[in-house]
Amino acid sequence: MNINTLTHLCCFVAALFLAPLLPGIINKVKAFFAGRQGPKVTQLYKDLGKLIRKECVISSTSGGILKLAPSVILVFTVLSAMLLPAGFFMSPLKFEGDALLFFYLLGTCRIAMVLAALDTGSSFEGMGASREVFFSALAEAAVFAVLAFLALFSGKLSLSHMLCISGVDSWMDFTPVMLVIFSLFLILLAENCRVPFDDPETHLELTMIHEAMILDYAGPDLAAILYSSSLKLWIFAGLITSLLIPPGVFPVWGEILLSFGGIFLCAVIVGIVESSMARYRFLKVPPLLTAALVLPVIAILFYFFFQGGVQ
Amino acid sequence: MTQFNELLLALFFVSCLMMAVSCRLLHCIRLVAMQGILLGILPLTISGTFSLEHPVMSAVNFLLKGIALPALLYMAMKKADVKRELEPVVGYSFSAAIILILTLFSFYITNKMGTPVHSAPLANIAIPASFTMVMTGLFIIIARKKALTQVIGFLVFENGITLFGAAAMREHPVIVELGILLDVLVLVFIMGITVFQISRAFSHVDADRLNQLDDLPDNGEVRS
Repeated sequence: MNINTLTHLCCFVAALFLAPLLPGIINKVKAFFAGRQGPKVTQLYKDLGKLIRKECVISSTSGGILKLAPSVILVFTVLSAMLLPAGFFMSPLKFEGDALLFFYLLGTCRIAMVLAALDTGSSFEGMGASREVFFSALAEAAVFAVLAFLALFSGKLSLSHMLCISGVDSWMDFTPVMLVIFSLFLILLAENCRVPFDDPETHLELTMIHEAMILDYAGPDLAAILYSSSLKLWIFAGLITSLLIPPGVFPVWGEILLSFGGIFLCAVIVGIVESSMARYRFLKVPPLLTAALVLPVIAILFYFFFQGGVQ
Repeated sequence: MTQFNELLLALFFVSCLMMAVSCRLLHCIRLVAMQGILLGILPLTISGTFSLEHPVMSAVNFLLKGIALPALLYMAMKKADVKRELEPVVGYSFSAAIILILTLFSFYITNKMGTPVHSAPLANIAIPASFTMVMTGLFIIIARKKALTQVIGFLVFENGITLFGAAAMREHPVIVELGILLDVLVLVFIMGITVFQISRAFSHVDADRLNQLDDLPDNGEVRS
C-alpha cells in the first residue's frame, strides 16, 4: 500500500465520519439568518445514534423491497464516495470510465429509493417518487453535460483524472470552469433536494419530494437513509471543491485541509441560498434545470474557441 | 485582464439564458440593466489604445443602457401594473433549449465568417456573444406576448449590436454610436408611453390581442 492510497483511505474515512456535519451546518446557517439559536451542528450524530438503537417497523403491505432499499442505498453511496478523489489523491479504485459508474451508482440509489417508496403502497410516497424521478431525469442531462465538459477539458474518462488534472488548468481557463461550477451547484441542489427544488423542512406530505419517500422508514433503516443523504451532499460538495482547488500550489496537508474546508463552505453557501429564497413551484423547476444543462454546453464552446480546436 | 474580459463575455451568455427562463419582468429588467453596465465596462478593458472616446462612450453606455433605460422600463412596468409574463408563446424550458441552439448557431457562423482582421482582442468570443444577444432579442420579441417584454427584447437586440461594434472594430466612430443610442432612447421612451396607453385603454398590455382591433362600427366596442 503506497502513500497515495493510504492518504486517500484516511481522507475517505474522515469523510465518512464528517459527512453528518453538513446538514447540521446548513441548519445552523439557516437558524442564524432566521435569528434563532438552532439545533447543534452535531445534531445528526445524535439522531443517528438514537435511531440505531430503535427497532425497525416494516409496513405490512411491503413486498420486501422496502427492507432491502436502505442497505442498497447505504452501500452504493459509500462506494461512489470511494471513487471520488480526496483532495488530490486519486482514488485507488479508479479506472477509465469510472465517472459513468460514479453517477450511475448514485442513480441506482435513487432507483432503490423510488422502488421502495412505491412498495409501501402509500399514495404520498408514490407522488414523491414521481416528482423525484421527474426532476432527476432533467438533472441527469445536466450531469452528463458537465461530464462531457470535464472529459474534453482533461482528456480523460476517469473521475480522479478529470478532477485532479483539470484542476491544473482550472485557473487558466477560469470562465468555462466557473460556468460548470455554477451548473454543478444547481445539480447539487436538485440532487440533494435542497431549497429551490425541494424543501427539506416541509411538514406537508403534498409538497414533499424526498421527505415523502422516506415516510415509512423507522429505526436503523431511517438512520441509513439519513446518513446516505448527508454523504451524498458531501460527495457533490467534494466534486465542486476538487474542481476549484489548484493542485501542486499548496503542501499536501494544506490541500487536504483546503478541500475539507471547501466542502464545509459549500454547506454554508447552501444554507445561505436556502435562507434567502423560497422553494420554486414545480413548473418553474424544469427551466432551471434546462439552464443547468445549457451552461456546461456554453462552457464547452468557450473552451474550444479559446483553444481554436473546433474548426 | 484577459480572464476578466472572458468572465464579462460569459455573463452576456448567462444573462441571455436567464432572460429566456425568467417570467418576472422585474428580473428581465435587472438583467438588461446588467447587460448595459457590462457594455459600459467592456470597452474600457478591451481597447488596446487609450483615447478620450472610449471613456466617454463607456460612460454614456453605462448611464443610458445601465441606468436610464431600465429605470424607464421599471416606471412603465409600475404604471401598467404588470409583473410577469403569464402566457408566453414558447414555454420557458423550450426557450432555454432554443437559446442553446441559437448560441451554437452563433458560434458556428462566427467560425464560418472568421474574425475581422482589425478586430479587438477576444473578438472570437465577443462576436458570438453579440450574435447570441441579437438573436435572443429577436426571439424574445417573437416568443413573448406582453408589449413590455418585447421592448426588453428590443433592448437586448440593441445591446448585441453595440457589443458587435465594440468587438469588431478598434476604432468606431463616436458619432454613429451616439446616433444609435439616441434612436434607442427615443424608441424606448415612445414604447414606455405606448405601453402605459395600451394598459390604460385595454387594461392589459398583451400585444398579441392588438391584432384583433378593427374599425367596423358594429364591432367598435373596446375588447378586453
